[in-house]
Amino acid sequence: MNVWQQLVGQPDAIATFEAAARAAHAVTAGGESADASGVMTHAWLITGPPGSGRSNLAYAFAAALLCANGGCGECADCRNVVARTHPDLSYLATERVIISIDEVREFVVASQYSPSSSDYRVVVIEDADRMAERTSNVLLKALEEPPARTVWILCAPSEADLIPTIRSRVRSVRLTVPSVELVSQLLRDRDGVDAVTAERSARLAQNHIGMARRLATNAEASARREETVQLVLGMTGLTDAVTAAARLHAIATDDAKAVTDEQDADELEQTRLAMGITEGDVIPPTLRSQFRTLEEQQKRRATRSLRDGLDRILVDLMSVYRDVLRLQLGVAEDLTNLEFETQLRHRAGSVTAAETLAALDAVAHARKRIASNVAPLLTLEAMLISSVLPEAA
Amino acid sequence: MATTSGRASKVKTSVAIPQLGWREARPATVVLVTGPEEFLAERATTAVRQQLRDADPALEVSDVDATSYAAGQLLTLASPSLFGEPRLIRVSAVEKCTDDFIEDVVSYLEYPDADTTLVLRHSGGVRGKKILDTIRAGAGGGIEIIVDELKSDNDKFEFALAEFDAGGRRITPGAVRGLVAAFSSSGSELAAACQQLMSDTSGDIDERDVDTYYGGRSEATAFRVADIAIAGRPGDALVALRNALESGSDPVPVVAAFASKLRVMARVMGDRRSSAELAGAIGAAPWQIDRARRDLNGWSEGGLATAIVAVADADANVKGATRDSIFALERMVSVVANYGLR
Repeated sequence: MNVWQQLVGQPDAIATFEAAARAAHAVTAGGESADASGVMTHAWLITGPPGSGRSNLAYAFAAALLCANGGCGECADCRNVVARTHPDLSYLATERVIISIDEVREFVVASQYSPSSSDYRVVVIEDADRMAERTSNVLLKALEEPPARTVWILCAPSEADLIPTIRSRVRSVRLTVPSVELVSQLLRDRDGVDAVTAERSARLAQNHIGMARRLATNAEASARREETVQLVLGMTGLTDAVTAAARLHAIATDDAKAVTDEQDADELEQTRLAMGITEGDVIPPTLRSQFRTLEEQQKRRATRSLRDGLDRILVDLMSVYRDVLRLQLGVAEDLTNLEFETQLRHRAGSVTAAETLAALDAVAHARKRIASNVAPLLTLEAMLISSVLPEAA
Repeated sequence: MATTSGRASKVKTSVAIPQLGWREARPATVVLVTGPEEFLAERATTAVRQQLRDADPALEVSDVDATSYAAGQLLTLASPSLFGEPRLIRVSAVEKCTDDFIEDVVSYLEYPDADTTLVLRHSGGVRGKKILDTIRAGAGGGIEIIVDELKSDNDKFEFALAEFDAGGRRITPGAVRGLVAAFSSSGSELAAACQQLMSDTSGDIDERDVDTYYGGRSEATAFRVADIAIAGRPGDALVALRNALESGSDPVPVVAAFASKLRVMARVMGDRRSSAELAGAIGAAPWQIDRARRDLNGWSEGGLATAIVAVADADANVKGATRDSIFALERMVSVVANYGLR
């Protein structure tokens, strides 16, 4: 099984990258170099909606370049790429809200080294959209003229997330949203989920592969999603809206905590071990800054984690309002939240299409606000109030 | 001063020298000024200098910074001069002094110069403890002046009263209370305000004078602004907002205060459960529930909804969505103060 086989629904992108990897290996083997420039280049940008497999594709391409057999999926090179331990692979991903300029500076230096064991050195930036303009500028020189054997792969949700000077230096590959059938097929084949759950999870996750898998395999995640939808469809007045906002906020916080708490404790234990301190000991003043730095990092990660959680909830809400709008406009096929059809129909009958559109706008507005650091609970309150009492907005 | 005795009882090592309040400052061979309140220390030092100068106008004053002290400096400054003028050596930042300084002071204390007054300013901390202990044990025949922080309102009240006494002016207790409430954050600001008030007015000072010069300042916390706005008083709310911003409130906490009050109001609106029950469900204290119920007077559901949306807009605006955060706040305050009606 080669590295491309586990990717779903992106035949065009895979064909592009397969050809590029072949050409790249042909260049190092000494032939066809004139022909290679058409299909292979030194900087790539993979764009596509969240959950379409951007980073997976990036690492598959990286494996294809680093593996002597063009991505067999079985040799040491390929396995090292999967484990992210390949000596010629550098990657940058962040668990925080932004990638800092210092990280990128270090990364640029690393990109200048010659490959050590493979034909190429591959540098991957998973969250290229999380760089501020100043940070992006650091990349420009390295991206434009890298050493002969360095290949850059950037990933972002869309080309618009990057500054024009970066866009003009990369070759862009766009991913498509995988269909519900493909996602549910993947869940059945890879995770052994039964057909009904797989179809439902894929649909409710709106074709987001990672989310679909979570909904299918994690009962709590699907219960939380159900509660979210119930809450929002059940709102009738101001008090309900504010109460629902508090509940949604609590759900997102719990969700984020579940992810980060365990990791935080682990890291603290690791740091203690490295410093030779057992639990309960007083931390000597000289070591305090280490722990403080760790705490700061964990706090940043918690912020990001909460924002991601809220964003997931807001995406779920969008699907609800979109369904309502569909029913109102008489295009009832392909509903996302089929399980709630009666409630959706009830709401579709009780409000106008214009109001539903306003609610959709409110959700989009709230997503933007959460990204720009507005108090999350307040944002949720304002959003739900605008959707239940449209005249307030 | 009441604080002096309180402090003295806390000192563990035996103290063989007089410990005085800052008003009782007087010259001695060694004057140790300890405590965190910088402006009181300043006053004590000034008082010592004034008394020395009154006694002999030829007083020679030198200032030493203990953080950059070099060995021998003290001896040079304290050695008797040709005409035997009295000397005043003021040392600042003893809490951050060099090792040389500790050594020199301790050896100086064995044979202090009778014509020299050495004032040591130590604002707290363990550095230079050896100096403090030696002086407190009685070496050099020194005194200690303790400048404690003005913590409680009572301390501040007494302080302000004493300020007016010292200025030879009479003031009503209500006026002092108003002044203390207006300048509760900083003792030096309170002292400055007392002086300013004495020079701005003539005759006895009462509540009206305080209100003329510092009216509104006392109410100027973010929550006070929110209270006034929610009670439906647009003009007062805008004045309070300006006062809050002048006295150092940041726009973001002001918005947060509005949001948290309106949130509780929205959650108790139309809920007939008892406040104890509701408190559990909402996660607020019972008094907050009662307060929110009273605050709901005059509010409609639609108005409250509009107000919360306006507060969310303001939060986005003060965090960079618009350039003028003050204008964003004023807009929010006027929407809320009009019960969310437009």
